[in-house]
Amino acid sequence: MADTACLLEMDRISKAFPGVQALDEVTLNVRAGTVHALMGENGAGKSTLMKCLFGIYRPDSGEIRIEGRKADIAGSRDALQLGISMIHQELHPVPRRSVMENIWLGRFPTRGYGPLRWVDHRRMYRDTKRLFDELDMDIAPDRPIGSLSVSKIQLVEIAKAVSFHSKVIVMDEPTSSLTGNEVEQLFRIIGDLKKRGVAIIYISHKMEEILRIADEVTIMRDGRRIGTWPAAELTTDLIISRMVGRELTQRFPERTGVPGDVVLKVENLTSPVASSFRDVSFELRRGEVLGVGGLVGSQRTELIEALFGLRSVASGRIVLRGRPVNIRRPQDAIKNGMALLTEERRATGIFPVLSVLENTVVASLRKFEKPYLLIDEGKRRAETERSIARLAVKTPSVRTLIRNLSGGNQQKVLLARWLMTEPDILLLDEPTRGIDVGAKYEIYTIIAELAKQGKSIIMISSEMPELLGMSDRILVMCEGRATGIVDGKRATEEEIMRLAAQHSA
Amino acid sequence: MNSARKVGDFATQYAIYIVLVALVAGISVWDPHFLSIETLRNILLQNSTRAIIALGAAFVLITGGVDLSAGRVVGLTAVVSASMLQMENYARRFFPDLPHLPLWLPILLAVAAGLIIGLINGLIVARFKVPPFIATLGTMVAVYGINSIYFDMKPNESQPIGGLRSDFTNIGTGAVGHGPYSVPYLVIIAIAISALVWVVFNKTRLGKNMYAIGGNVQAAHVSGISVGSNLICIYGIAGALYGLAGVLESAKTGGASNNYGNMYELDAIAACVVGGVSTSGGIGTVPGVLAGVLIFGVINYGLTFIGVNPYWQLIIKGLIIVVAVSFDIRKYLARR
Repeated sequence: MADTACLLEMDRISKAFPGVQALDEVTLNVRAGTVHALMGENGAGKSTLMKCLFGIYRPDSGEIRIEGRKADIAGSRDALQLGISMIHQELHPVPRRSVMENIWLGRFPTRGYGPLRWVDHRRMYRDTKRLFDELDMDIAPDRPIGSLSVSKIQLVEIAKAVSFHSKVIVMDEPTSSLTGNEVEQLFRIIGDLKKRGVAIIYISHKMEEILRIADEVTIMRDGRRIGTWPAAELTTDLIISRMVGRELTQRFPERTGVPGDVVLKVENLTSPVASSFRDVSFELRRGEVLGVGGLVGSQRTELIEALFGLRSVASGRIVLRGRPVNIRRPQDAIKNGMALLTEERRATGIFPVLSVLENTVVASLRKFEKPYLLIDEGKRRAETERSIARLAVKTPSVRTLIRNLSGGNQQKVLLARWLMTEPDILLLDEPTRGIDVGAKYEIYTIIAELAKQGKSIIMISSEMPELLGMSDRILVMCEGRATGIVDGKRATEEEIMRLAAQHSA
Repeated sequence: MNSARKVGDFATQYAIYIVLVALVAGISVWDPHFLSIETLRNILLQNSTRAIIALGAAFVLITGGVDLSAGRVVGLTAVVSASMLQMENYARRFFPDLPHLPLWLPILLAVAAGLIIGLINGLIVARFKVPPFIATLGTMVAVYGINSIYFDMKPNESQPIGGLRSDFTNIGTGAVGHGPYSVPYLVIIAIAISALVWVVFNKTRLGKNMYAIGGNVQAAHVSGISVGSNLICIYGIAGALYGLAGVLESAKTGGASNNYGNMYELDAIAACVVGGVSTSGGIGTVPGVLAGVLIFGVINYGLTFIGVNPYWQLIIKGLIIVVAVSFDIRKYLARR
């Protein structure tokens, strides 16, 4: 693609983290006045590449050139100065401040005499108004940004990116919270920007968007660039097969046993939050591993947190062993024999300042109570030691603080915590995230063993091989809806990807 | 591990106790008369109510909160108990016509008052999600107001309450045995409370839940702990402990006024943090808190004993807080 002048060249960028080669000589060349789509599964390295562009990560090797000149980017401020800005997928507005203050944050227009300067609110208002008029947006500049809807905030973010007069704008899933009309508005803005010679890097999972607005598509997989093609030469099927087409390098334990009776039945479960899960129904059988696939934003986590009573449900039923249950708090779920391994191990899983022992027994303290409210220390310790040994947790002693263990061992302690509550149904949200390969296999073995014992497991995973390797069936979600349930033995990555990217417009 | 590292680790692990021993040693070198059974007895006696307040404050700190109402609760319960335990023939009685009450009744009422204020604190924090600092700042101010209104009632009209019954003051001044080797009741009560609190911290579900809530409140919620009801319970216990301390203060001094206990909460928090309780929650032990109380006790008594200017004592106390905590915190700083 070196024929026409490239505005931005990222040349053979490599970046390694302990245990992973996140980027392996990735090259990305973006020409002025074009939309360049960057595609790949979760974890393919798209975000890491963009973080290198914004100086959040320093690449181990490789070079970034802008208009042919080598650029040394040490932080997002440098990036802005070089004419690169970004619209983030997650929004970080300062909620109580006005729309205009959010746009001009860090570069307020000022006036005054010499060193005596104050913020020129009138000019800020005028500039904001002009910017919005240009982009055909109808938002009052002086409203607190927190009072706007998520989609309007997204539009403000887009306007902010435009206001830098950048040469390169990165858009990370910009349409994820926009309505149909607003998407059209965004596409018009993108058209204008192209005419002005701006280069746009467009990250999205939505095939039809890509095929509609992209000029070129670069596909990444496992930290490598698979290739770059003109969008006109691509189809949805071609993109999907190139995104997932990899050999299975991970191994999975042999799964034996046939799922039994239905244990859990979820009927038309719907969240009170409009953009969250809607009308989800599925069954879970005894001894079954039900994988849950989907892209970021598919609301899988929200769904299983609702099953566990961490989120509220607006309508629908949860039927447990033939009996409808009302689960409003985690306590209710635990009493009904459920356990939840959360996605964010640090934020909602471990108690970093407490010992392995305390971390293990915390959900089942009632079990160890003796008369007069006292706790049976010996029994607590003995059960913890047994459980720790069974799951092969590597720790000097049960008195060691959990934060001194590796991620994989912390995860095993959390599994031990939930197994101690003697659950029938385990909800596992990304159980192997951030864990090294060896520990992953051990966790797979534990999951397989639990299923064999007759426990039912719902496992959310963003890793295709893991879903296919571990699941009896796979529920695929897209934007809050269940788009299909496929057989884990026969399904292909392409099939799952198609269901996960199915745009329910 | 080499021996220098071992010594360093030992020092960080037991920093508080080393500071305590060093203080005692330092003062004794200055004046060898300091080391006596008399000194020990006095320091323990002076700090028994402080220890009870600090243990109450520790409950709240370990959950990751803070309780500013402690001092004012002490003042309230001192006044409440004293107002009902004056001698019948005393000239200026708070309730002139009050009959002779059994000793336990006013004490129970006062402790119950502390308990209720604690439960209110817990309710505000747990149900209305007000940050503990603000919630207890509010009750601290309001409780002083309530106490002052009570204290200002006719015929008392804000006169210090005196003439307390001897069976009551005996709790504060009496002792088991005689002479220098006698053990004051206050010290016995403080030791009993400490033992009880140790059991709650280490041997009960409430205690385990307290550490879990302070360690990671989200994870505690996911693990099925009723965070709200545990918090209400914990603030309630803390309030009851302050209440008891107020009663004992009144018995010890033989009087009470609405200014009793003023700023005791800060002394209690200082003792806790010097004793290794983490203000971000999840960490703290009973022996640590007691060592923290004793460090300040030794400073108060010892420096006065060797004749250090009281203003200098304040400066030294301030330094101790910062230095002790900066050492202690090294235990918990993760090696990155």
